[in-house]
Order: sequence, then structure tokens, then C-alpha cells
Amino acid sequence: MESTESNIIVEGHSGEDKQEPISYGLYVVVWLGLIALTSLTAVVAGFNFAAFTLVIALLIALTKASLVVNYFMHVKFEDKIFKVFLAIAGFTICVIFLLTFSDVYFRR
Amino acid sequence: MAEIAIEPGGLGASPNGASHNYLENTGKHKGILAWILSTDHKRIGILYMISIFTFFAVGVSLGFLMRLEMLVPGPQGKIFDAQQYNALFTLHGVIMMFMFVIPGIPATLGNFFLPIQIGAKDVAFPRINLLSWYLYVTGAIIVLCSLFWRGLPDTGWTFYVPYSIRTATNVTLAVFGVFVLGFSSILTGLNFLTTIHRMRAPGMSWFRMPLFVWALYANGWIQVIATPVLAITLLLIAIERVFHVGIFNPALGGDPVLYQHLFWIYSHPAVYIMILPPMGVVSEIVATFSHRTIFGYKMVAMSSLAIAFIGYLVWGHHMFVAGETQTAQFVFSLLTFLVAIPSGIKVFNWVATMYKGSIDLQPPFLFLMAFIILFSIGGLTGLILGSLATDVHLTGTYFVVGHFHYIIFGGGVFIFFGALHYWLPKMFGRMYNKKVANWALGILFVGFNMLYFPMLLLGYEGMPRRYFTYLPKYELLQHISMVGSWVLITGLIIMFWNLIRGIFKGEKCGANPWGGTTLEWSIPSIPPTENFEHVPVVTHEPYYHPEAEPGFVAEPVPVAK
Repeated sequence: MESTESNIIVEGHSGEDKQEPISYGLYVVVWLGLIALTSLTAVVAGFNFAAFTLVIALLIALTKASLVVNYFMHVKFEDKIFKVFLAIAGFTICVIFLLTFSDVYFRR
Repeated sequence: MAEIAIEPGGLGASPNGASHNYLENTGKHKGILAWILSTDHKRIGILYMISIFTFFAVGVSLGFLMRLEMLVPGPQGKIFDAQQYNALFTLHGVIMMFMFVIPGIPATLGNFFLPIQIGAKDVAFPRINLLSWYLYVTGAIIVLCSLFWRGLPDTGWTFYVPYSIRTATNVTLAVFGVFVLGFSSILTGLNFLTTIHRMRAPGMSWFRMPLFVWALYANGWIQVIATPVLAITLLLIAIERVFHVGIFNPALGGDPVLYQHLFWIYSHPAVYIMILPPMGVVSEIVATFSHRTIFGYKMVAMSSLAIAFIGYLVWGHHMFVAGETQTAQFVFSLLTFLVAIPSGIKVFNWVATMYKGSIDLQPPFLFLMAFIILFSIGGLTGLILGSLATDVHLTGTYFVVGHFHYIIFGGGVFIFFGALHYWLPKMFGRMYNKKVANWALGILFVGFNMLYFPMLLLGYEGMPRRYFTYLPKYELLQHISMVGSWVLITGLIIMFWNLIRGIFKGEKCGANPWGGTTLEWSIPSIPPTENFEHVPVVTHEPYYHPEAEPGFVAEPVPVAK
């Protein structure tokens, strides 16, 4: 029989309602960052990077998304469990992309 | 090791016996409003149960008609023409899949027992829980409306493109209905995940949770992550049909195989939405009726998560002959065989739990035995379909239909019935007639195998699925299968009659008629509205049977002089 000497739960109950308020300054900086990245997207669209076009566009989009998720959606300041949830969802979608491309990429 | 402190009358009863059970009306609404506006997880579970089994009855009737269509071979003398038959199998599939098996056990018994099993008073978001039911009913009504408006949908439950884009029938509405149903599923999943993370009673650590809760946990993850893919896919179909944007239709520059990818990215994990909760129920039943702790508790719990995870990686095996590349065929075939590992862990651990157990052959346990046999046949025929060479021969035949019904009906739904026999006495405080229950199971088992085993043989001989007619050489097996459907329905009628009669007129049963050890058996039968009068403190694992421990000394039995 397995050991039952495990922890008593109530994870995530600490830290709740105790968050530091985030300053407006930080929000403005993130917002400016997003605008800068959008401009970057527009600028790089003018160059021909051939096969890397998509990769570059996706990298910029990913950076922007992580800024939004971390600051505007507060995930950076949340409990670990929410980050784990998000990571699992992100990982799953990567796997789904990868496996779909195992078909699409090899199709001639 | 300390026991849960169970007071006289159970954890739910107040000392003066004044607490109300959930069937007594204590809210501000009266009559039917007291039910359809209730946020009590138990009442919502029952609302789901009534709606789900209503649709099940419709689905069974459609299935019965499809079998009756096979009375005579050839296209002459048929009850339904080809188009009507197409509508029959589409509706049978859509109703059974999206309105019965996918919500199935989680929405009904999960809603009812998940909070009780973890020692909580309700789910984390009771109002969202009620909203899920309304979304379910709305989605179901929309799908049924597609029945009577501008012709019947005829695409099969998979809505494959390019046909689903080209057909003049009412696909958009049916697809929208399924979309709404999907949201119901997502919200239920989210609710369960939050409840399990946040609302466990003191001492209910992860590895003290009953395995049904573990199964619902894995299931919640699939619902939350996979269902949006279906929602997006269905929206894309609607966009393509309405605005003629080329996404899947090759004539517009789209890719039909991409549709199949997106559809099965959801629908294969959905197969695990259908089968994981029943596996959780099996773990409960096997531990209770073997009077032993489950063998390899942690492995059974983890195998639920493993099945949920690997379930995401195998969808390509539905597309081996659909124009998928050889690379993808190889990758998906390999991954498919990996699912056998956690599934095998579960089956072997259940059987190992029975070994040297003190087995009590009550109706729920007999349903479990039927499940193990039928699910094993389903699993083995799945391996035949999962390997590339044999799949090319068998794909699109009755073999697939047979395999699928062995898994979902023989596996999932038989355990759903077993779960009803296990938990209805707790829910309504009355016991059905056990002898009739056993007979019903026997008839169901015979009818099921008569109906679906010939399908495996027919498919092997080349009978294609979804045809409204067949060659004379298939006549004998088609007839056996048709008669099987009659036997099966007889069993269903007897079983449901017995259960419903038991709910209203059965003998009263105590708090713990089966000797179960999980928390729901510590509260009175007909649980109180608040579930627990005092918050329970859990001090040991869920299937703790002190009498099965080595060194246990029984109390001396009084001897008559």
C-alpha cells in the first residue's frame, strides 16, 4: 500500500488577495513595447527573408503575446499553478502543430 | 490509523436530524423552477441525467431503425431511401456522440459525486455549472431544429469536407448546435478542474482522491484544451459555407485533409472524454466489491493522465487512407500503439485488485465484468485498425463501426449503466430489484454481442459502412445483427424500468449498501443539500479497508449458546 504521509493540501490559497498593485508606468512601458513590435512587424514585411519570413513574423507575435499574457493578463504575478496550466496548454498546441506538419510538410 | 469520524447518522446528518436532503425543496422557487434555476450540483446532475437519457432514447430509436432498414438486401423494398438513411446515421451519430456520451458520466454522475467525493459543498462555480446545462439544452435544441428545417443533414457525425460544404442540406445549423454543445463541455471541464484544485477537504491530498476524481481531472483537461479546436473547426466550416472563403474546399484553394486534421485533433481526445470517466467508475466499483484497496493506486491515477496526454497525439490514425503522407502515417501508427500501455496498466491493475479480494457479485460488479470483456474486444480490434496494412483493408467498413461500438457502448456506456446501479441507491435512498438488474445485464450482454460482433465479420468481408443497402451474401449476418438490436433494446427497457421503479418504489437502503469507503458513503442516502454537516477531515487513502490489512484482528463474533 502506498505511503499516505503526504502533504495537507490547500495549494494556491496563499498569496491570494495580497498582490502588489502594478504601476501605471509599467503598463505604459509594455504598451509602448507592443507598439514598437507592431511597427517592427510592418517594417520587416518590406524585406524578403524568403523561408524565414514566417519564422520572424511568428517570433515577433510570440513576444507580443507573452507581454500581453504576462502583464495585461497578470500571469507573471500569479501563483505557479496558473503558469503550469498555461504551459501545458502551450505545449499541447506546439505538439499539435508539430504533428500536423509531419503530414503537411512532407506532402509533395 | 485513524478513521474518518463518522457520527451516528453519517457525516451529513445534523445531531437533531433536522438537515434537509437535496430532493426536499428549501429554495425560494417552486415546482419545476426549483430545479431549472437550482445551482445545487446534485440537482444539476439530475437535470443532465434526464436530458441525456431522453436523447439516448432518441438515439437508440434511430439506431433501431437503421438496423431495421437491413431487413432485405438490395435497393428494392426498403423502409427508407438512401437520403433518409444518410440522415438517420448522421442524427444517430450526432445525438449519441455530442448529446449522450461526451457529456455522459461527467455531467451527470460527475456533477453529483465529484464535490461529495472530495468533501466539498458544491463545485467551484455553481452558476457556471447551471449555465453549462442551459448551453447543453440550447445546443441540443439547435441540432434538433436542423432536423425539421430545410432537409436533414446527411454528412455523418464527422461533417467531412468537401461534402459538408457542398451539400445543400442543413449543415450550418447542425454545426452551430455542436459548437454550442462544445462550450457546455468546456465550462464543465473548467469547473471540475477548479473544484479539484481548490475545494478539497482538509487532508484530501492528491493521492487520497478517489480514482473517479482523478479520471474526471484528466477528463477536464481534455475538455478544456481539445474542445476549442472543434469549435474553431466548426466555425471555419461555417465561414467557408457562408462567405465562400477557401479553407478546406480545394476548388477555392483550401485543403480537405486539413479539415480532417482539425476535426480529429478534437475528436480523438474526445474518445478519451468518453472513456476516461467510465474507467474512473471501474476503479471505484472494483475496489468496493473486491473489498480491497485498489492495486497500484498511483499508477492507475497517473495512467489516466497518460491516456489523456497520449490521446492528443494519435488523431492521424483516422486518416491513414485520406491522403496523409507516409511520414505522418508512420508517426501516428507508432503513437497509437503507445496508448495500449496506460490502458493495459489499468486493466491489469483492476484484475490484480480482484485477486485475493473478497468479491461480492452485485449488479454493478457484474456490469464491470461485462465491461472488461467488451472493452478488451474493442481494444484488440483497435490494434487491428491501428496498424497500417490491416487498416487499408478495413477502413470505411462495418469493422470500424463494430470496433467503435465495442469501445464506446460496450466500454463506456455499459459502465455508465453499472455506475447507475452503483450510485442510484445513494442518490435516491432506494434499492432497485437486484435480480431483475442481473437479468437485464444478461439480456443486454447477449443482445450487444449479437448486434455488433456480426459487424466485425461483415466489415472483414468488405461490407462498407453508411450504405443503405447490401449484397445478398451479407444477408445472414445482417439479420443476426438486426435481431440483436431487438434483444438489446429489450434489455435496455427492462433495465431502465427496473431502475426507475427502484427510484420510486424500491426498498429503502442505508447510507452504505455496498460497503464503499469513499466519502459519499459516509453521508446519508439521499444526500443532504449541503452534502456535509461538518467539513470532513480525511486521514487515509480512499480505499482503506482495515480488515484487509495484514495483522488485522477481527472483533470476536458472538456465539449462540
